[in-house]
Amino acid sequence: MTSPALDLGTAPAPLAHPVHGYRARVLRQLSRDPITIICATVLIAIFLSAIFANHLAPVDPYKTSMINRLKPVGYHGYWLGSDELGRDLMSRLLYGGRLSLLMGVAPVAAALLIGALLGVVAGFVGGAVNTLIMRTVDVFYAFPSVLLAIAISGSLGAGVTNAILSLTIVFIPPIARVSESVTTGVRNLDYVDAARASGAGAWSIMRVHVLRNVLEPIFVYATSLISVSIILASGLSFLGLGIVPPNPEWGLMLNTLRPAIYINPLVAALPGGAILVTSICFNLLTDGLRQAMDIRA
Amino acid sequence: MLALIIRRFVYTLPIAIGVTVVCFSLVHLAPGDPLNAVVGPDAPADVVETLKRAYGFDKPLPVQYAKWLYRALHGDLGRSIATGRPVMHEMSHAIGNSVALAVVAAVIGFGFGCLFGAIAGYAQGGFVDKVASFFGLLGVSLPHYWLGMVLVILFSVELGALPAIGIGPEGAAVWAWKKADWAHAILPAITLAVIPLGIVTRTVRAAVAEALNQEFVQALRAKGLQSRAVLRHVAKNVAPVCLAVMGIQFGYMLGGSILVETVFAWPGTGFLMNDAIFRRDIPLLQGVILVLAMFFVALNLVVDVLQTVIDPRIRRGSGG
Repeated sequence: MTSPALDLGTAPAPLAHPVHGYRARVLRQLSRDPITIICATVLIAIFLSAIFANHLAPVDPYKTSMINRLKPVGYHGYWLGSDELGRDLMSRLLYGGRLSLLMGVAPVAAALLIGALLGVVAGFVGGAVNTLIMRTVDVFYAFPSVLLAIAISGSLGAGVTNAILSLTIVFIPPIARVSESVTTGVRNLDYVDAARASGAGAWSIMRVHVLRNVLEPIFVYATSLISVSIILASGLSFLGLGIVPPNPEWGLMLNTLRPAIYINPLVAALPGGAILVTSICFNLLTDGLRQAMDIRA
Repeated sequence: MLALIIRRFVYTLPIAIGVTVVCFSLVHLAPGDPLNAVVGPDAPADVVETLKRAYGFDKPLPVQYAKWLYRALHGDLGRSIATGRPVMHEMSHAIGNSVALAVVAAVIGFGFGCLFGAIAGYAQGGFVDKVASFFGLLGVSLPHYWLGMVLVILFSVELGALPAIGIGPEGAAVWAWKKADWAHAILPAITLAVIPLGIVTRTVRAAVAEALNQEFVQALRAKGLQSRAVLRHVAKNVAPVCLAVMGIQFGYMLGGSILVETVFAWPGTGFLMNDAIFRRDIPLLQGVILVLAMFFVALNLVVDVLQTVIDPRIRRGSGG
């Protein structure tokens, strides 16, 4: 723990000491919430299986086989069946997790950095800076999120980088808005006034009193966007705007398997099941975190 | 009241201008020369030169923007590269088809959302509440394009009960409010309704639960009012919040229907955009996005004003 800035004088430092108690309370609350624990475990398993896909996958996810196309689940040698080019679906699902999770998490992480910076600065500085930042954010907020993602990646063209870029731009406005409103709320609290009255500089107020109190709700809000991001990212690939073939990605797999619903519906539906499980787990995890940290939506 | 409406309008205007700037820059966002996005790379040199002057790409960007905006305001959104027809013409049927789908989906999503949410809010912790919370969670977690596929598998492939794609029998291009067309609308409308169903359920549940915990409800009950009459008062209180959420969700359904329309080959704006992306028809893409975004901005304004009209608390709060 770093010690609070020396120039605080008599100002109360509400979070400097009880932080341990608070963290412990949140952890205790989380450990008593079976749904959150289950979701966290499932997510860890999904992430690990994507990271170690090269060790777990039974065969090469790119290896095609013209005589073994669209085999059903449980077919000899193909645990989860095979796709329209005879590639092993289980291997592709495992490898596909890498790109799907990357495209779901990376935009939110990037938007968290940029959006939180914009929002906290707007909320803390206020005045003309606030107006400039927030009105610009409002313009991007005026687009339905799917439309904005389509507009940007549709113009830029397909590709992982373009998809991540467009989703980052989609998620900056909501994160900036939440950051701004949380920061404005904290800035007007009595203890911040007290710190200012006792001569604390803007930087130490920001660091000690504002940042410590706003980062957690902003972070939890950003986590709640991951499930939307995963669905949107796979949606872009589904439209042919994200990952390009033959790379395995859940949304793209869903797209290329679409004609197969007439032949082998279960296999065609599997990649969507992977997206659904991941996104439900992220949603429930965020709900649990929010409850444990006592953050109101 | 009028002053308030004007104030809202004035607040919206800069946002609308910002939206047009974003749409304008889409053409310049596309890799390569912006003219490539208009004529394609294989056009002869003299055509390129003529078009460059016609489109004004030789002028500075602000001038280009002003000209583009002037033309757009007069209903000229340029021409589609793929067909050579005006973008407005390409869009005319698609908008109607998308609106029809969104309206049907809104009836399903908002109707059940309000019903589930209200019952769940009343019976907190009960069985219905659990079911409603589950629907709420599902609505925000489901990749709806996948749900569309699953519905097609179930109802078209396995049961053969409903058509899998298209807007009407025999390759119809326009939605007609006829009996044969309804079968085509059911699956896409349900798919499109899932997200708003989840969000409206969550919102209504939270709003009803909060309203029920307020003192005025206790006072009404203490006064001996029947529960149906209490419900009427609660409904009045939650209406503004729910209206706002539904308005935004309607905009999302209209602007975000591209995935659903692609799955069901529904010839609306989303399908048109998908086509435009596939053919790299940037002017068409730009035109559709501009129209949809401006509609969303206008919808937000209407919802804002309506909310103020029906909720005296907001009216007094903002000093209108």
